[in-house]
Amino acid sequence: MADVALATRDVPTPEFQTVRTPDPHPRPTKVKADNVKVFYGQKQALNGVSIDIPVKSVTAFIGPSGCGKSTFLRCLNRMNDTIDGCRVEGEILLDNRDIYDASLDVVELRARVGMVFQKPNPFPKSIFDNVAYGPKIHGLARSKAELEEIVVSSLQKASLFNEVKDRLHEPGTGLSGGQQQRLCIARTIAVSPDVILMDEPCSALDPIATAKVEELIDELRENFTIVIVTHSMQQAARVSQRTAFFHLGTLVEEGPTDHVFTNPSERRTQDYITGRFG
Amino acid sequence: MSETALTGPVDWTSDQAAGRRRSRHAANRRLQFYGIAAISTAVGLLGILIATLVIGGYPAFFQTKLTIDFPIKAEYVDAADPAAGNYRNVVRDALRELAPEATTPAQQRQLGQLLTNNAQFFVRDAVVANPSVIGRTLTLTLPAADPIDQLNKGLIDRDLPESQRRVNDLQLGYYDTLVAGGRVSAPFNWALFFNSDSRFPELAGLAGAITGSFYALLICFLISFPVGIAAAIYLEEFAPRNRWTYLIEVNINNLAAVPSIVFGLLGLAVFIQIFGIPRSAPLAGGMVLALMTLPTMIIVTRNALKAVPPSIREGALGVGASKHQVIMHHVLPLALPGILTGTIIGLAQALGETAPLLLVGMNAFITSPPGGILEASTALPTQIFIWADSPERGFTSRTSAGILVLLGFLIVMNGIAIFLRQRLERRW
Repeated sequence: MADVALATRDVPTPEFQTVRTPDPHPRPTKVKADNVKVFYGQKQALNGVSIDIPVKSVTAFIGPSGCGKSTFLRCLNRMNDTIDGCRVEGEILLDNRDIYDASLDVVELRARVGMVFQKPNPFPKSIFDNVAYGPKIHGLARSKAELEEIVVSSLQKASLFNEVKDRLHEPGTGLSGGQQQRLCIARTIAVSPDVILMDEPCSALDPIATAKVEELIDELRENFTIVIVTHSMQQAARVSQRTAFFHLGTLVEEGPTDHVFTNPSERRTQDYITGRFG
Repeated sequence: MSETALTGPVDWTSDQAAGRRRSRHAANRRLQFYGIAAISTAVGLLGILIATLVIGGYPAFFQTKLTIDFPIKAEYVDAADPAAGNYRNVVRDALRELAPEATTPAQQRQLGQLLTNNAQFFVRDAVVANPSVIGRTLTLTLPAADPIDQLNKGLIDRDLPESQRRVNDLQLGYYDTLVAGGRVSAPFNWALFFNSDSRFPELAGLAGAITGSFYALLICFLISFPVGIAAAIYLEEFAPRNRWTYLIEVNINNLAAVPSIVFGLLGLAVFIQIFGIPRSAPLAGGMVLALMTLPTMIIVTRNALKAVPPSIREGALGVGASKHQVIMHHVLPLALPGILTGTIIGLAQALGETAPLLLVGMNAFITSPPGGILEASTALPTQIFIWADSPERGFTSRTSAGILVLLGFLIVMNGIAIFLRQRLERRW
């Protein structure tokens, strides 16, 4: 069963050519990655990934576990910096600015490229303080009223406000898993990022909570560029406009979601989405 | 699928299967029994220790006192200068009145030994505080001398031959007279907490030692808490993982296991010889204790920082918090209960530490509580050490009582640690 995976692991494919299918109606590029390689100590986790992520749309990264999709996602807001022994090569441009350039402060980058994690991780503070934290540290609100406005509108955008409006000062950790994840999304959008990275945001949620978050992602794409890593191919098909398939540290194929799912150009993509391996 | 043939259907009801299950259950029970036996042994030994201490130390919490009328004659005490009076004679006359049968100097000397040696100073202080008693009779309840105290507490056997008894027949007679006159009482021994050390067991107390321990712990806390937390934060959050930090880490772990007397030697050589801090000062003792506590503090704080879930750090980093903000807003508050618990337990350890204090001279004989961190002082464990070394019988029970007081402080500190942990702990 795992023949394909084993075979490709043995054959080094550093200069693998990604199969790219352009969009019929191309959008401007928000994030451009060029030949990004990631090393954890001696081990190479990503073998030169190049991809253009279009603005105000949802791009899904799919692939089997350990294929490097989360690693690549974490490059986009330099979250990998926090891991000891992790080294990133190549170039990533956000609005044509190199995010690894010394002139770009990583704090600013992470405010502009927000992140939602696999497991909901609200701070052990009140719901209000969870959302207000980002605006506070970046000094986005000049007054208390303004801060409240930001919190309320972020919660509204995360379709959570109606559920929590009576208990804004209760701990965020007391919410249900799905609500916690939407709280984390509200916390992320409170600092008005351009890009939101989501690392398997629904993997810890039940199907109903998942449906709500997916619905929310679909709404958010009007204002934000979203990159989502997911193990669920149905989810990728449902929420994304473009899909990128990673395998063993390489970007195998990327293109419009319907194209990748209905008519993949690569054999491995076909095998993966039809469930032959992974 | 694999082609390995199974050995046939398993009969779970067979005798062998039942036997295997039985032996597994027996193993469970054995393991449980070992655990219970170990805990029982530990609890039993602790019980024996505490019981010994309580039985031995209990008498020290009460002090035999003699109520005596002192005629303050004007011929001995001048109203113009009451402090300079001849109180020796005042005490002598008062005792003679109590036992007129004591006529020879030898008998009178025996009589004088019933009261504490410092009786004249108690009378003097009372007269100085209230000079209007001159010419009248002053009634005071004063500590009895140690042998009488022992006798009253039943620790001296009256049936022993006189030559083997610390209270001779003559004194026994005087004592019985006093008892018959209702002049002997044994109230709670507040002096144990409000007096400082003394050559006379009936007057010795822990006030100086408690004050000295307090100052030393204060110094220890003021040094080890900020330094320990800062070092732990650096090592845990900022330091690169390389050979140097590894070396530092190993050394810190080793320092925590270094015998405390070595820290005492260091304190003697550095703090006293080089820095010129006065010997026996709580400052020197506290600094030595701080050195000793630091490794514990660093290890405890690092563990508390490590225990903060990485998801909280990531969440904060994800909205663009700087490293400083992640630490100050999220990691440190979440780690604080653990840090405080560790701090208090570290301080409790320092409170009970004796060896390093001996080397910086905190085992001196000091009869008044220190007025500051630079004045010579003892500490609780060193006071116990001194008393344990003293030959007078009264110090035996005081040693146990001192240990009980020290244990009391330790229990209170650990109680505070548990309280803080439960109060501050937040769930995530």
